[in-house]
Amino acid sequence: MGSDGEERAPEFGSMVGELREVYESGRTRDMEWRRSQLRGLVRLLEEKEEDIFDALREDLGKPRGEAFRDEVGVLVKSVKDKLQNLGKWAAPEKVETPLVAFPASAFVVPEPLGVVLIFSCWNLPIGLALEPLSGALAAGNAVVVKPSELAPSTAAFLAANIPKYLDSKVVKVVEGGPEAGETLMEHRWDKVLFTGSGRVGRIIMTKAAKHLTPVALELGSKCPCIVDWLDSQRDSQVAVNRIIGAKWSTCAGQACIAIDYILVEEEFAPILIELLKSTLKTFFAKPGHMARVLNERQFQRLGALLDDPRVASSVVHGGYFDPKTLSIEPTILLNPPLDSDIMTEEIFGPLLPIITVKKIEDSIRFLKSKPKPLAIYAFTTNEKLKRRIIEETSSGSVTFNDAIVQYGLDSIPFGGVGHSGFGQYHGKYSFEMFSHKKAVLKRSFLIEFMFRYPPWDDGKLGMLRHVFRFDYVNLFLALLGLRR
Amino acid sequence: MAEEVARELRASFKAGRTRPAEWRAAQLRALVRMIEEKEADISAALHADLAKPTMESYLHEISLAKAACKFALKGMNSWVKPEKVPAAITTFPSSAQIVSEPLGVVLIISAWNYPFLLSIDPVIGAIAAGNAVVLKPSEIAPATSSLFAKLLPEYVDNSCIKVVEGGVPETTDLLEQKWDKIFYTGNGTVGRIVMAAAAKHLTPVALELGGKCPVIVDSDVDLHVAVKRIAVGKWGCNNGQACIAPDYIITTKSFAPQLVDSLKRVLERFYGQDPLQSEDLSRIVNSKHFQRLTNLIEDKKVADKIVYGGQADEKQLKIAPTVLLDVPLDSELMTEEIFGPILPILTVEKIEESIDFVNSKTKPLAAYLFTKNKKLQDNFVSNVPAGGMLVNDVALHLANPHLPFGGVGDSGMGSYHGKFSFDCFSHKKAVLIRGFGGEATARYPPYTQEKQKILRGLINGSFIALILALLGFPREKR
Repeated sequence: MGSDGEERAPEFGSMVGELREVYESGRTRDMEWRRSQLRGLVRLLEEKEEDIFDALREDLGKPRGEAFRDEVGVLVKSVKDKLQNLGKWAAPEKVETPLVAFPASAFVVPEPLGVVLIFSCWNLPIGLALEPLSGALAAGNAVVVKPSELAPSTAAFLAANIPKYLDSKVVKVVEGGPEAGETLMEHRWDKVLFTGSGRVGRIIMTKAAKHLTPVALELGSKCPCIVDWLDSQRDSQVAVNRIIGAKWSTCAGQACIAIDYILVEEEFAPILIELLKSTLKTFFAKPGHMARVLNERQFQRLGALLDDPRVASSVVHGGYFDPKTLSIEPTILLNPPLDSDIMTEEIFGPLLPIITVKKIEDSIRFLKSKPKPLAIYAFTTNEKLKRRIIEETSSGSVTFNDAIVQYGLDSIPFGGVGHSGFGQYHGKYSFEMFSHKKAVLKRSFLIEFMFRYPPWDDGKLGMLRHVFRFDYVNLFLALLGLRR
Repeated sequence: MAEEVARELRASFKAGRTRPAEWRAAQLRALVRMIEEKEADISAALHADLAKPTMESYLHEISLAKAACKFALKGMNSWVKPEKVPAAITTFPSSAQIVSEPLGVVLIISAWNYPFLLSIDPVIGAIAAGNAVVLKPSEIAPATSSLFAKLLPEYVDNSCIKVVEGGVPETTDLLEQKWDKIFYTGNGTVGRIVMAAAAKHLTPVALELGGKCPVIVDSDVDLHVAVKRIAVGKWGCNNGQACIAPDYIITTKSFAPQLVDSLKRVLERFYGQDPLQSEDLSRIVNSKHFQRLTNLIEDKKVADKIVYGGQADEKQLKIAPTVLLDVPLDSELMTEEIFGPILPILTVEKIEESIDFVNSKTKPLAAYLFTKNKKLQDNFVSNVPAGGMLVNDVALHLANPHLPFGGVGDSGMGSYHGKFSFDCFSHKKAVLIRGFGGEATARYPPYTQEKQKILRGLINGSFIALILALLGFPREKR
């Protein structure tokens, strides 16, 4: 409370006010301005690549290869894609009009929502901030980006560089912890995108409800990977490469689309485990090729997952935790109990439980009993199984015979369903996420249908029935007949 | 009670009853039959609830509901088909598609002013998309609510489509359950409550809310036609109690007298000398709203600005079309959504000023402009944010199933009608299918300079990089 007893306006009020003013001035509507912002983003990513790698290494121990593949590389391509397609996306789209409205023309016109807020997450701190940012700018909005304080070097990098490469009056970076996020949510936004946990997602949506602010939530989940019998040795090796790539080579498993656990037939499990062990040795022979665990707290959390003795005894590979370097060996478990924390909570770390089933088809029933994940993966050549997975399970996305790569494909939407969230982006969906598609109908003054107007009578009602049946012939005849 | 309903519907959905195309089509055909066979009952219920003229019941509710059903029946087969999309060089070889799947069990809360249409319309989308549905009709339109409760079980699959009647306690009970989507039509106050309740379960929502729909009238118009369209869009839509009815008019000071004159003439032609006696005007839904509306015109600030109408009959709950000129901007009439037969006209010096005025208010569900001036039309379309807009007519856009219908900002979020209804209740699942070929070792650790170069190329869609990667470059040192 202020000294004069008046309620203090929430902090950031002047920043939000400024952004609204700039937005109202129309600056962000201009297509050239939007393109200049996107080009600015590309330059930022290309010129500051080394700084980005450094920040990611500091925050997460992320190897350069990963950092390029998952954050910088995919982003540059995506922003260039937006530059190319922006004109098409922003153009009004003509749609059909029923003949009875003749003469009329109908369009859908995309317009920016206004001033939007993007919460990024700590595990892909560049990508999860800049991909939506590029969509919001392409769509003509003013933007506030709130990076996660848990990746402080990246947050500082963004705070220092975004004003240099983008229009600093229109794009703001707000550093800070959960209090900053909560205070930001006291304000009204035209859209909020939140990437993070379901717990915080609920808080964000509840606060947004006060202002009728639409939200998109990209939340976590346990992404399962079904591994079917693979006949050829080569296919099995490829599958294992990709599984390892999607678990330990993606921020040490700390990714919303990382493989959380595997489902495999009992008889195939030993083969799979052996192959995993030998390939892990090759990939991670030298240290420094796997990201580290974010911080002390996450490290403790992951360690606690093995506290349960039933879980600890199910470890078949790895299990070594080094508190000094916050690194955890790639760890594989075989059939930990289904009611243990490691099988009920999102792991978000380098521990991989393998759950066996009698027949691979049983995995479908298993999945249906769980909350809908962000991604379902399946390695199989069985077309029937593929079809059943698509039709009988629900998830943000499904990828067959690979994992994570769906993230970089701009032609498909990226987002969750059920507990894994709602709202989709990437590619043109990023543009649409921050747009309103306004319906526009234009008519002329020619051709008036008298039966539209009161006073009503049965004759008029009759004509209208023809209209609604699109029965133009009878309508025409009726018009002739009833013309006074 | 709500818990039981939710549980039963979830079981039905899980059992897969709502997925087959034949089931969905059968439900929609049953709805068409219901509308055709029970047209008289529906009209009677709408008359009981709102004194809605039969013509309006037919025009705005019955025929639109039937058209929506038929449109969904026709389009459904193509809507449910997966959409093939291009895959990238980065994932070569691969194929990608987008598959529409139902969200699951959805809750639809309807409104009182178009109680039949606003219930059926979203239900059609939910069914077409393969969901199980609970419909909660508005208790403020009790005859239509009980009609649904009686009729729907006679026509559709009651294990998957249910009606729950009731007021605030029943709605609150429903809102505490977990749904896969909630679709709400009504006002912003309850909209906030719905969204906050949904937040607890991370349930996505669509909110169709209201706002003050402005009508800008330029002097460069076919005045008689324009005024007829405005009048029928206002008083011919449930006597102004419609979310897309014109709320207020803006015109130039010099044109206002002609506009008012024309309005008076048209109103008299439509509703006669004694509008309270006209059968062609809906009544006000209940005494609470009647009081609210009469207070608006009795407000001292505006009472002397009435240029036409003002009559009210409390017994019949009828208020005559009432037009006011130049009311003060801080009067309640100009700050609250009117939702009734009262039409204030504001004046400006130059017509372009009206655009700034409209933009100074919250984004409306619909905005209207009457003019032949192309430049003004373009300015309007480009610079006025709104759910939807019409040039030279009113309200019609909601009848075009190819246009998305929904609000923005305070007027709501999400859209429906036509295929948009189907999309509203669907999840668009991305499916990427790869084979085991096209293995690029460049993806995996240990990361080297050579790998990075190839990866760079691959990600940028370089064909050469793809070839190199496919050929197994870089070769691992043994």
